[in-house]
Amino acid sequence: MTQLGVTVDGVAYRDDVEPRMLLVHYLRERLGKVGTVVGCDTSNCGACTVLLDGRSVKSCSVLAVQADDRDVTTIEGLADADGTLHPLQQAFHDQHALQCGFCTPGMIMAACDLLRDNPNPSESEVREGIEGNLCRCTGYQNIVRAVQAAAKTTAATS
Amino acid sequence: MTATVERPAEIGQARKRKEDAHLVTGRTTWTDNLTLPGMLHLAILRSPMAHARIANVDVSSARRRPGVIGAFSGQDFKDVQGTIPCAWPVTEDMVNPGHPSIAVDQVNHAGEAVALVVARTKAEAEDALEAIDIDYEPLPVVLDMAAAVRDGAELVHSHLTSNKSFTWAFESGAAGTGGPIEDALRDAEITVHRQFRQQRLIPAFMEPRSTVVQPIGEGVTMWSSTQVPHILRTMLALSLGIPEQKVRVIAPDVGGGFGGKLQVTPEEFLTTLVARRLGKPVKYTESRSESMMSAHHGRDQLQDITLTLTRDGRFTGLDVHLLADMGAYLRLVSPGVPILGAFMFNGIYKIPAYRFVCDGVFTTKTPTDAYRGAGRPEATFAIERIVDEAAAELGVDPMELRRRNWITHDEFPFTTVCGLTYDSGNYEAATDRALELIGWDALRAEQASRRAANDPVQLGLGISTFTEMCGLAPSRILGSLLYAAGGWEHASIRMLATGTVEVVTGSSAHGQGHETAWSQIVADQLGVPFEDVEVIHGDTQSSPKGMDTYGSRSLTVGGTAVVLAAGKVIDKARRVAAHMLEASEDDIEFAGGTFSVRGAPGTGKTIQEIAFNVFAAHDLPEGMEASLDADATFDPESFSFPHGTHLCATEVDTETGRVTIRSYVAVDDIGEVINPLIVEGQVHGGLAQGIAQALFEEAVYDDDGNLTTGTLVDYLVPSAADLPSFVTDRTVSPSTTNPLGAKGVGEAGTIASTPAVVNAIVDALRPLGV
Repeated sequence: MTQLGVTVDGVAYRDDVEPRMLLVHYLRERLGKVGTVVGCDTSNCGACTVLLDGRSVKSCSVLAVQADDRDVTTIEGLADADGTLHPLQQAFHDQHALQCGFCTPGMIMAACDLLRDNPNPSESEVREGIEGNLCRCTGYQNIVRAVQAAAKTTAATS
Repeated sequence: MTATVERPAEIGQARKRKEDAHLVTGRTTWTDNLTLPGMLHLAILRSPMAHARIANVDVSSARRRPGVIGAFSGQDFKDVQGTIPCAWPVTEDMVNPGHPSIAVDQVNHAGEAVALVVARTKAEAEDALEAIDIDYEPLPVVLDMAAAVRDGAELVHSHLTSNKSFTWAFESGAAGTGGPIEDALRDAEITVHRQFRQQRLIPAFMEPRSTVVQPIGEGVTMWSSTQVPHILRTMLALSLGIPEQKVRVIAPDVGGGFGGKLQVTPEEFLTTLVARRLGKPVKYTESRSESMMSAHHGRDQLQDITLTLTRDGRFTGLDVHLLADMGAYLRLVSPGVPILGAFMFNGIYKIPAYRFVCDGVFTTKTPTDAYRGAGRPEATFAIERIVDEAAAELGVDPMELRRRNWITHDEFPFTTVCGLTYDSGNYEAATDRALELIGWDALRAEQASRRAANDPVQLGLGISTFTEMCGLAPSRILGSLLYAAGGWEHASIRMLATGTVEVVTGSSAHGQGHETAWSQIVADQLGVPFEDVEVIHGDTQSSPKGMDTYGSRSLTVGGTAVVLAAGKVIDKARRVAAHMLEASEDDIEFAGGTFSVRGAPGTGKTIQEIAFNVFAAHDLPEGMEASLDADATFDPESFSFPHGTHLCATEVDTETGRVTIRSYVAVDDIGEVINPLIVEGQVHGGLAQGIAQALFEEAVYDDDGNLTTGTLVDYLVPSAADLPSFVTDRTVSPSTTNPLGAKGVGEAGTIASTPAVVNAIVDALRPLGV
């Protein structure tokens, strides 16, 4: 067992974990952060995407111990404390960018990182930017719309 | 038919979905999120061999691994595991070899369960699988359908006499629905014959399947990632002998299905068997790799199709012969999938004579079953492809050939050569709109100039003018096709004391947005606010009756049940209103949620006031129960037939083979629309899957019967970067087979788009001899 100290969605945790434990399993099984989900075993689907020190990572391809001393944000920590949705969460709702919703946490977290790098992406930049995240329901068109809508909202309020 | 719905306020609005709030914040209830006190974890060892006798299974070492509570082979369950049910024996003499959940002495496809470990944690269970020893004696694999049905072929199931499960045939002369096909073939002025292949596909829902089973006395509660909690409940009773009244099945948040979760699975049965044997709650969640090889696959047909025409381009006959790969076993509706397609090969066309013959074939591959469209994409692909081929042979524009043969808008209702009556449609209107949106004439001009310039990048235009049958299904027709169950749907409406409303539906949504759409319907029907309606589904305890969600059935069948239940609530409330207003029931009008006496506006009682009055029950009409609640079951008389014209422009690089979709226009006619936002989303997602069939996806097996596309690395589910934006629009020909006037939309995009894309590619390359 290895000791791990990590901040997740603003809360500090200290745990003993097996060195082989993946970050996504630590989040789900030890912290109950089941909003982050597992969709594959080859790092293709992106459903498990979280932010690690503000950058998106597929938490199935990061060991829990690699998050030691670092800051993790999951979909559960994205909205404001008063429940106000993050612009991307709001835009996904407004633009009907989700159907079953299983890919949505990862898609939103990946889009967070995309907008950090490129606050005003074109359609093709959004498509390239989220290509590591698979959705089987929406055909992506409304996801692209949502990311661009969130970019506009963010620009308008910052 | 039932009366039409009054002019709606909510219906037709692009309401944002009620479902989204918990999904965008991660407050979800996926089955794998569930943890019960004392819960154990199941891991399944799967066969690496496609076809082999099992000489020995030794699980004794696995039992000694840390944290392991139980380790089992097929022998441990051979007397109690029953069989995975097949509810659709399509012919009286169909051969069903039975489908064990865990192999006992032979494996028939790679990925079949061969041993089980139950442990304290999932990691401990998976680790212990490594300690299991199995001796296999390999058997020859059976991979090629055409070879599998020849005399002397190696057998998948050695106790059977052939690899053929069934032959299902229809001929319009014999059925009395059209002329004899032999006459059409003999007298044909032009005969176009083609062979098409419908490759094997993997549904690839994003949420891997997961099941939690809690044994409670003689019974069980099962949470499962399923489209069909009600069917699952009945099948757990029938197949495993658990009294039905002691089985509760819950489908919590379910992450997509596309037909792939229209199943009663070996994994659900195995989790139940071990949970009951150990007397503990057990969870099983598959990995993606397990899902790819053990959840059922879709499509996989060899199509031999002949279209006969007159010299002036009138269709005279259609002759279809299919081989349909069932895989190693028959699952819930495996044999029925190609039979659903049997009624759709004629598409939107007037064809006087038709024959359809399908052989269901066993191979040593993963079983096939429903995948988005289920039979109809296969049929639509074949007819839309061969019409293009016929147009090329005749030297006629492919759209012109379609116009000469399609059913015109003034010919509806139209009874086809299959004996189905198409309710409504306007192929001319949808086509005209699609041609306008894509700028057809300009694209044709560009195509001509690129051809003339011998441009290495050629342009192709593809057409798909499709229809499909939706709203599965009239129980009477299902019975005539030997399906074991009915096709009705159930709904209940409960008026609560405070005037809010609970709607219980037997439909089981997994992304479709029923909570939103049903709320819109009920808000209009009862005149209550959209926000005051709560839709309850997906739990056989709170929603005890239902036939679940598949086959674009939920709105037309389940939504209609909601309308009928609302009508009964209004009838009861009218009686109370008459009593409260001291008027005759005949003089009570109901509009906008208020009952009033005809000719005396402003005197009314709202439905909420009446609900409270009934709750208090101090002063009810003589003999009336203190309840406004009502149940309704709707069984459609007929299907509904959405249609549309999809046009695709592709650029094909003749030097590299690269295909780029330049524009895609979909004009769909799905009748009346409850929520255009949801409809558009369904079309987009459907298009993505149909385009993926045309360009990206195929489940491939190697010569040893191993699935070589067993992960998302090898099986190309398209990303956002692989797909274009779509242009969508609608025309409206209301359905006449349900009071909402709605058709179905869940499968339309998938059904239409594969031939549109392939026709476009062939069109680009046809001058090169393709």
